[in-house]
Amino acid sequence: MLIRASTRLMQSKKRENMSNKNVVEIQNLLKQFPVGGGFFTALKDVNLQFKTGEFSGLVGPSGSGKTTLLNQIGGLDSPTEGSVNVLNMDLVNASHNQRADLRKTKMGFIFQSYNLLPVYTVFENVELPLILNKIESKKRKELVEQAVEWVGLTDKLESRPSQLSGGECQRTAIARAIVHKPALVLADEPTANLDAKNSHQIMKILVNLNQELDTSFIFATHDEKIMEYLKRIIHLDDGQVTQDDIIEKPKMSL
Amino acid sequence: MMLFHLALKNLIGAGLRTWLNVFVTALSFFMIIFISGMYDGMRKHARQVTIDTEVAGGSYWHPEFDPLDPFTFEDSHGQPPASIQNAIQKQQALPVLVSQASIYPHGRIMPVVMKGIEPSQEIVNLPTHTLLEKTDGLIPVLIGSGMADYTKLKLGDTFMIRWLDVHQSYDADEGIVVHIMETENFKVDMGTIWIPIRKAQTMLSMENEATYVTIAKGVPLLNGTHNWIHRDIDYLMRDMEAMIEADEPGAQIMYVILLALAGMGIFNSQILSIFRRRKEIGTLMAVGMTRSRVVGLFTMEGGMNAFLALIMTIVLGGPFLIYFAIYGIPMPIDYTEMGLIMAKRLMPVYSIALLVSTTLFIAFVVLILSYLPSRRIAKMKPTDAIRGKIT
Ligand SMILES: Nc1ncnc2c1ncn2[C@@H]1O[C@H](COP(=O)(O)OP(=O)(O)O)[C@@H](O)[C@H]1O
Ligand SMILES: [Mg+2]
Repeated sequence: MLIRASTRLMQSKKRENMSNKNVVEIQNLLKQFPVGGGFFTALKDVNLQFKTGEFSGLVGPSGSGKTTLLNQIGGLDSPTEGSVNVLNMDLVNASHNQRADLRKTKMGFIFQSYNLLPVYTVFENVELPLILNKIESKKRKELVEQAVEWVGLTDKLESRPSQLSGGECQRTAIARAIVHKPALVLADEPTANLDAKNSHQIMKILVNLNQELDTSFIFATHDEKIMEYLKRIIHLDDGQVTQDDIIEKPKMSL
Repeated sequence: MMLFHLALKNLIGAGLRTWLNVFVTALSFFMIIFISGMYDGMRKHARQVTIDTEVAGGSYWHPEFDPLDPFTFEDSHGQPPASIQNAIQKQQALPVLVSQASIYPHGRIMPVVMKGIEPSQEIVNLPTHTLLEKTDGLIPVLIGSGMADYTKLKLGDTFMIRWLDVHQSYDADEGIVVHIMETENFKVDMGTIWIPIRKAQTMLSMENEATYVTIAKGVPLLNGTHNWIHRDIDYLMRDMEAMIEADEPGAQIMYVILLALAGMGIFNSQILSIFRRRKEIGTLMAVGMTRSRVVGLFTMEGGMNAFLALIMTIVLGGPFLIYFAIYGIPMPIDYTEMGLIMAKRLMPVYSIALLVSTTLFIAFVVLILSYLPSRRIAKMKPTDAIRGKIT
């Protein structure tokens, strides 16, 4: 029953996302940070498009600008120059509240250090985006239970983050990122704090969600294990895109 | 509504920490109400005692009379106008003749205010009827226990009284202590000796004269009082109230300290929250909360902390407050020597006005204290906050 309902929802989502080809369009992006008296250029000449349903990753050594670029896409920081268009919103000209609203309704975030709210249970953490989106409580419960089921944490609903393993924490964070069926999920080094086994488990869950929900994923990573799952790998070096490869058959898949 | 929901969750989720904060705030709430109630009780008691033993329904003063300037006593006497005399006849008024005198208890000299009063009066609550005692020609003298301590005079002791009569000549005679009264009103005690008014009038050669006339409670304003000045209750209470007010800075400092304590609890927990919960703030912004919403959430948490503290005060502190209101607070020190009108057991007064004003005031302070630190959130960069980085 639940599965069928969710499939219907996914299909409507799919249609909606199909209508606009690109989820993300970045043009001539320049990002500089004021450092001391001058500037540090973290991103330069970045031109990228991401399509609906892409499972892609920004790959590069530490300090290459991956997080900075994800923050630009998430509208958490504004560019120095250039334009960033996400889900049909021109982030450069959007207000603070409009960007917050976009994140709330159509985006999900996964962080390296999980960023769960420590005083909330798994259920409450996952429920948070739904509360912000003013979903009524019965529907919330339904959606949370479904999301938690996807990440296999149904038996931990009432646990607090402090009672969970790292893998379980990250799975909770994934449930939180996808519970409101966002069009785009941004994941910054989601496996950096996890061992190999948990990393693979997490990636399998995400690949599955990508196919089921048709949600676009953009990773930032230098983890080889993640790269094995990606269908597109964008290499960043010193803030510039050096390579952009489509991988027809990823080494790892479902 | 959504913020309320989340704030409540955060407070409940924080568990013990919340309750500790709430407890500290509640404690200060309680102390503020307790101390304010004590002061109000003190004030009310002092007012009651002053009216009871001294002021009654107000008085009419001889035009020259200034109770704070003993040099006026020489000239401030006369026969009260007919209308006042009439009230005295009907025992609705009580004449008092005031003069300067010196007493010589145990050979020491001490200047005093000598007050002649009608012994059979029932207008002020003083045991003046004890002045009716037979004394074999000695001047019967009534003093307060404070005065007795100071002069080391005991019941039945005799001592020399010297005074200046109307003809500017000194006279002296022997007085005897006929009663030592316990009174909370130091103004009828310290530096004062009470003698029968007829005796005083004879001693001073001021037949039928008085310095002021105290009116019984509830007697309407008299007509035709000529140049005698009407002093109403409020005027006569001014001294006493000024004295309490002079003592008030102490209370106010206490109030401020307590409020600061309550405030610090909240401020501290807010500041701490904001630093400790940076990552949480960043996360909330990432999942789509606007800054103003986050500020609202933290302010609301502070406000709810105060609200819970109020409930805790009522539940835990209420019974104490009610107990004290009924049975009073035993006072450990005798404050009369400090020139304060104080009961041995103080009945605190918790007026609605006190409770409401305290609550509103604290609510206001708490809201400001919750809001101010939260404003830091508005300056935070979400990208830094997400990583829990301090900027
Ligand atoms: N707020 C900032 N202020 C100054 N420099 C920054 C800031 N954020 C990032 N940088 C710099 O930009 C570069 C790219 O950082 P980042 O995007 O975090 O790299 P990555 O995620 O690829 O490891 C780094 O050299 C980093 O020091
Ligand atoms: Mg990074």
